Amino acid sequence: MASHPRPISPHLQIYKPQLTSATSILHRVAGVGLAVGTLVLVYWLVAAAIGNEAFDTAEGIVGSIIGRILLFLWSLAFFYHLLNGIRHLAWDAGWGYELPTAYRSGYAVIVATILLTVLAWVFGYMARGAF
Amino acid sequence: MAGEKGLRSELGRVRGLGSAKEGVNHWWRQRLTSLALIPLSLWFVGSLVFLTDTDHATAVAWLGSPVTLGLMVLFLGAMFYHAALGLQVVIEDYVSNHGCRKALIVLTNFACFALMVAAVVSLLVIAFGG
Repeated sequence: MASHPRPISPHLQIYKPQLTSATSILHRVAGVGLAVGTLVLVYWLVAAAIGNEAFDTAEGIVGSIIGRILLFLWSLAFFYHLLNGIRHLAWDAGWGYELPTAYRSGYAVIVATILLTVLAWVFGYMARGAF
Repeated sequence: MAGEKGLRSELGRVRGLGSAKEGVNHWWRQRLTSLALIPLSLWFVGSLVFLTDTDHATAVAWLGSPVTLGLMVLFLGAMFYHAALGLQVVIEDYVSNHGCRKALIVLTNFACFALMVAAVVSLLVIAFGG
Protein backbone atom coordinates (compact mmCIF):
# COMPACT_ATOMS: atom_id res chain seq x y z
CA MET A 1 0.00 0.00 0.00
CA ALA A 2 2.65 2.54 1.05
CA SER A 3 4.88 3.01 -1.99
CA HIS A 4 6.72 6.04 -0.68
CA PRO A 5 8.82 6.07 2.50
CA ARG A 6 7.17 7.50 5.55
CA PRO A 7 8.80 8.58 8.78
CA ILE A 8 8.67 5.71 11.24
CA SER A 9 8.37 6.00 14.99
CA PRO A 10 11.34 5.07 17.17
CA HIS A 11 11.59 1.33 17.55
CA LEU A 12 12.93 -0.31 20.72
CA GLN A 13 15.63 -2.19 18.81
CA ILE A 14 17.12 0.89 17.17
CA TYR A 15 16.34 3.36 19.92
CA LYS A 16 19.20 4.24 22.24
CA PRO A 17 18.07 3.51 25.81
CA GLN A 18 17.81 6.66 27.91
CA LEU A 19 16.78 7.35 31.45
CA THR A 20 13.51 8.85 30.24
CA SER A 21 12.58 5.86 28.08
CA ALA A 22 13.76 3.36 30.71
CA THR A 23 11.67 4.95 33.47
CA SER A 24 8.70 4.96 31.11
CA ILE A 25 8.85 1.25 30.23
CA LEU A 26 9.64 0.37 33.86
CA HIS A 27 6.43 2.13 34.89
CA ARG A 28 4.48 -0.31 32.73
CA VAL A 29 6.43 -3.35 33.84
CA ALA A 30 5.90 -2.39 37.49
CA GLY A 31 2.20 -1.74 36.88
CA VAL A 32 1.62 -5.12 35.25
CA GLY A 33 3.65 -6.79 38.00
CA LEU A 34 1.53 -5.13 40.67
CA ALA A 35 -1.66 -6.23 38.89
CA VAL A 36 -0.39 -9.83 39.04
CA GLY A 37 0.43 -9.28 42.71
CA THR A 38 -3.22 -8.54 43.50
CA LEU A 39 -3.79 -12.31 43.10
CA VAL A 40 -1.73 -12.88 46.24
CA LEU A 41 -3.42 -9.99 48.07
CA VAL A 42 -6.88 -11.42 47.33
CA TYR A 43 -5.73 -14.93 48.27
CA TRP A 44 -4.47 -13.55 51.61
CA LEU A 45 -7.80 -11.78 52.30
CA VAL A 46 -9.88 -14.84 51.33
CA ALA A 47 -7.70 -17.01 53.57
CA ALA A 48 -8.23 -14.59 56.47
CA ALA A 49 -12.00 -14.83 55.89
CA ILE A 50 -11.97 -18.66 55.75
CA GLY A 51 -10.27 -19.08 59.10
CA ASN A 52 -7.25 -19.79 61.22
CA GLU A 53 -5.76 -22.73 59.31
CA ALA A 54 -6.17 -21.25 55.85
CA PHE A 55 -4.63 -18.00 57.09
CA ASP A 56 -1.62 -19.76 58.61
CA THR A 57 -1.08 -21.58 55.30
CA ALA A 58 -1.23 -18.27 53.43
CA GLU A 59 1.20 -16.64 55.88
CA GLY A 60 3.50 -19.63 55.45
CA ILE A 61 3.53 -19.23 51.67
CA VAL A 62 3.98 -15.45 51.78
CA GLY A 63 6.68 -15.77 54.47
CA SER A 64 8.69 -18.43 52.59
CA ILE A 65 11.94 -17.50 50.85
CA ILE A 66 10.28 -17.32 47.43
CA GLY A 67 7.33 -15.46 48.96
CA ARG A 68 9.67 -12.91 50.52
CA ILE A 69 11.61 -12.41 47.30
CA LEU A 70 8.33 -11.80 45.45
CA LEU A 71 7.14 -9.47 48.23
CA PHE A 72 10.40 -7.54 47.96
CA LEU A 73 10.01 -7.19 44.18
CA TRP A 74 6.38 -6.13 44.64
CA SER A 75 7.33 -3.52 47.25
CA LEU A 76 9.99 -2.23 44.86
CA ALA A 77 7.42 -2.14 42.03
CA PHE A 78 4.89 -0.45 44.32
CA PHE A 79 7.13 2.42 45.42
CA TYR A 80 8.45 2.87 41.89
CA HIS A 81 4.99 2.93 40.29
CA LEU A 82 3.72 5.27 43.02
CA LEU A 83 6.61 7.75 42.75
CA ASN A 84 6.87 7.64 38.97
CA GLY A 85 3.08 7.93 38.85
CA ILE A 86 3.33 11.20 40.80
CA ARG A 87 5.96 12.26 38.23
CA HIS A 88 3.45 11.48 35.49
CA LEU A 89 0.72 13.46 37.27
CA ALA A 90 3.11 16.42 37.46
CA TRP A 91 3.67 16.14 33.69
CA ASP A 92 -0.10 16.01 33.20
CA ALA A 93 -0.32 19.28 35.12
CA GLY A 94 2.25 20.71 32.71
CA TRP A 95 5.19 20.71 35.09
CA GLY A 96 8.67 19.27 34.56
CA TYR A 97 8.82 18.79 30.81
CA GLU A 98 12.21 20.49 30.41
CA LEU A 99 14.85 17.84 29.68
CA PRO A 100 17.10 18.61 32.70
CA THR A 101 14.05 18.57 34.98
CA ALA A 102 12.81 15.29 33.47
CA TYR A 103 16.23 13.72 34.13
CA ARG A 104 16.41 15.10 37.66
CA SER A 105 12.91 13.84 38.52
CA GLY A 106 13.80 10.46 36.97
CA TYR A 107 16.88 10.07 39.17
CA ALA A 108 14.91 11.32 42.19
CA VAL A 109 12.27 8.64 41.60
CA ILE A 110 14.90 5.87 41.41
CA VAL A 111 16.72 7.01 44.55
CA ALA A 112 13.49 7.53 46.51
CA THR A 113 12.18 4.12 45.38
CA ILE A 114 15.25 2.33 46.76
CA LEU A 115 15.14 4.41 49.95
CA LEU A 116 11.43 3.78 50.65
CA THR A 117 11.69 0.07 49.84
CA VAL A 118 14.63 -0.42 52.20
CA LEU A 119 12.86 1.67 54.87
CA ALA A 120 9.67 -0.40 54.55
CA TRP A 121 11.59 -3.64 54.99
CA VAL A 122 13.61 -2.31 57.93
CA PHE A 123 10.38 -1.23 59.62
CA GLY A 124 8.78 -4.55 58.72
CA TYR A 125 11.54 -6.55 60.37
CA MET A 126 11.53 -4.13 63.32
CA ALA A 127 7.81 -4.75 63.78
CA ARG A 128 8.56 -8.48 63.92
CA GLY A 129 11.14 -7.78 66.60
CA ALA A 130 14.09 -8.82 64.43
CA PHE A 131 16.22 -5.90 65.58
CA MET B 1 -9.87 5.30 -3.84
CA ALA B 2 -11.55 8.39 -5.34
CA GLY B 3 -14.96 7.71 -6.76
CA GLU B 4 -15.20 4.23 -5.21
CA LYS B 5 -18.27 4.76 -3.14
CA GLY B 6 -19.55 1.20 -3.36
CA LEU B 7 -22.65 0.19 -1.47
CA ARG B 8 -21.51 1.37 1.93
CA SER B 9 -23.36 4.23 3.57
CA GLU B 10 -21.66 7.45 4.58
CA LEU B 11 -21.98 6.45 8.21
CA GLY B 12 -20.56 2.98 7.56
CA ARG B 13 -17.47 4.41 5.93
CA VAL B 14 -16.57 6.75 8.75
CA ARG B 15 -17.60 4.62 11.69
CA GLY B 16 -14.68 3.57 13.81
CA LEU B 17 -12.29 5.94 12.08
CA GLY B 18 -12.61 9.07 14.11
CA SER B 19 -13.29 10.57 17.46
CA ALA B 20 -16.07 9.09 19.52
CA LYS B 21 -15.93 12.22 21.70
CA GLU B 22 -14.96 10.13 24.71
CA GLY B 23 -11.26 9.92 24.05
CA VAL B 24 -10.32 11.61 27.29
CA ASN B 25 -12.63 9.55 29.49
CA HIS B 26 -10.32 6.55 29.90
CA TRP B 27 -7.33 8.81 30.45
CA TRP B 28 -9.18 10.93 33.03
CA ARG B 29 -10.37 7.94 35.03
CA GLN B 30 -6.82 6.59 35.08
CA ARG B 31 -5.61 9.89 36.58
CA LEU B 32 -8.51 10.15 39.01
CA THR B 33 -7.93 6.65 40.39
CA SER B 34 -4.18 7.29 40.54
CA LEU B 35 -4.76 10.42 42.59
CA ALA B 36 -7.01 8.51 45.00
CA LEU B 37 -4.46 5.71 45.22
CA ILE B 38 -1.63 7.94 46.46
CA PRO B 39 -2.97 8.16 50.04
CA LEU B 40 -4.92 4.87 49.93
CA SER B 41 -2.05 2.66 48.74
CA LEU B 42 0.41 4.34 51.12
CA TRP B 43 -1.99 3.65 53.99
CA PHE B 44 -2.44 0.03 52.93
CA VAL B 45 1.23 -0.79 52.33
CA GLY B 46 2.21 1.14 55.47
CA SER B 47 -0.25 -0.94 57.47
CA LEU B 48 1.01 -4.19 55.92
CA VAL B 49 4.56 -3.33 56.97
CA PHE B 50 3.46 -3.43 60.61
CA LEU B 51 1.35 -6.54 60.04
CA THR B 52 4.13 -8.85 58.84
CA ASP B 53 4.15 -12.40 60.12
CA THR B 54 0.97 -11.77 62.06
CA ASP B 55 -1.39 -14.37 63.53
CA HIS B 56 -4.99 -14.78 62.40
CA ALA B 57 -6.55 -13.01 65.39
CA THR B 58 -4.46 -9.86 64.95
CA ALA B 59 -5.06 -9.72 61.20
CA VAL B 60 -8.83 -10.23 61.60
CA ALA B 61 -9.02 -7.63 64.37
CA TRP B 62 -7.38 -5.08 62.07
CA LEU B 63 -9.25 -6.05 58.88
CA GLY B 64 -12.59 -6.17 60.71
CA SER B 65 -12.51 -2.68 62.18
CA PRO B 66 -14.89 -0.18 60.52
CA VAL B 67 -12.13 2.25 59.58
CA THR B 68 -10.07 -0.49 57.92
CA LEU B 69 -13.13 -1.87 56.13
CA GLY B 70 -14.06 1.53 54.74
CA LEU B 71 -10.55 2.40 53.63
CA MET B 72 -10.02 -1.10 52.21
CA VAL B 73 -13.17 -0.88 50.07
CA LEU B 74 -12.01 2.49 48.75
CA PHE B 75 -8.50 1.16 48.15
CA LEU B 76 -9.65 -2.05 46.43
CA GLY B 77 -12.19 -0.21 44.28
CA ALA B 78 -9.72 2.42 43.09
CA MET B 79 -6.87 -0.08 42.72
CA PHE B 80 -8.70 -2.71 40.67
CA TYR B 81 -10.31 -0.05 38.50
CA HIS B 82 -6.88 1.52 37.95
CA ALA B 83 -5.42 -1.93 37.15
CA ALA B 84 -8.19 -2.70 34.64
CA LEU B 85 -7.63 0.63 32.87
CA GLY B 86 -3.85 0.24 32.88
CA LEU B 87 -3.84 -3.36 31.66
CA GLN B 88 -6.17 -2.34 28.85
CA VAL B 89 -3.70 0.28 27.60
CA VAL B 90 -0.81 -2.21 27.74
CA ILE B 91 -2.84 -4.82 25.82
CA GLU B 92 -3.91 -2.23 23.23
CA ASP B 93 -0.26 -1.29 22.68
CA TYR B 94 1.30 -4.74 22.42
CA VAL B 95 -1.38 -7.15 21.14
CA SER B 96 -1.89 -6.47 17.46
CA ASN B 97 -4.35 -9.25 16.62
CA HIS B 98 -7.75 -7.63 16.87
CA GLY B 99 -9.69 -10.62 18.22
CA CYS B 100 -6.95 -11.52 20.67
CA ARG B 101 -6.79 -7.93 21.87
CA LYS B 102 -10.52 -7.65 22.52
CA ALA B 103 -10.63 -11.03 24.24
CA LEU B 104 -7.72 -10.13 26.52
CA ILE B 105 -9.27 -6.78 27.44
CA VAL B 106 -12.57 -8.47 28.33
CA LEU B 107 -10.70 -11.14 30.29
CA THR B 108 -8.56 -8.71 32.31
CA ASN B 109 -11.58 -6.50 33.03
CA PHE B 110 -13.60 -9.46 34.27
CA ALA B 111 -10.64 -10.71 36.31
CA CYS B 112 -10.08 -7.33 37.95
CA PHE B 113 -13.70 -6.94 38.98
CA ALA B 114 -14.02 -10.57 40.09
CA LEU B 115 -10.92 -10.18 42.27
CA MET B 116 -12.27 -6.94 43.71
CA VAL B 117 -15.58 -8.63 44.62
CA ALA B 118 -13.76 -11.62 46.16
CA ALA B 119 -11.69 -9.27 48.30
CA VAL B 120 -14.65 -7.15 49.41
CA VAL B 121 -16.79 -10.21 50.23
CA SER B 122 -13.91 -11.60 52.29
CA LEU B 123 -13.69 -8.33 54.21
CA LEU B 124 -17.46 -8.33 54.83
CA VAL B 125 -17.27 -11.92 56.11
CA ILE B 126 -14.43 -10.91 58.44
CA ALA B 127 -16.28 -7.79 59.67
CA PHE B 128 -19.75 -9.25 60.09
CA GLY B 129 -19.14 -12.97 60.49
CA GLY B 130 -19.83 -15.64 57.87
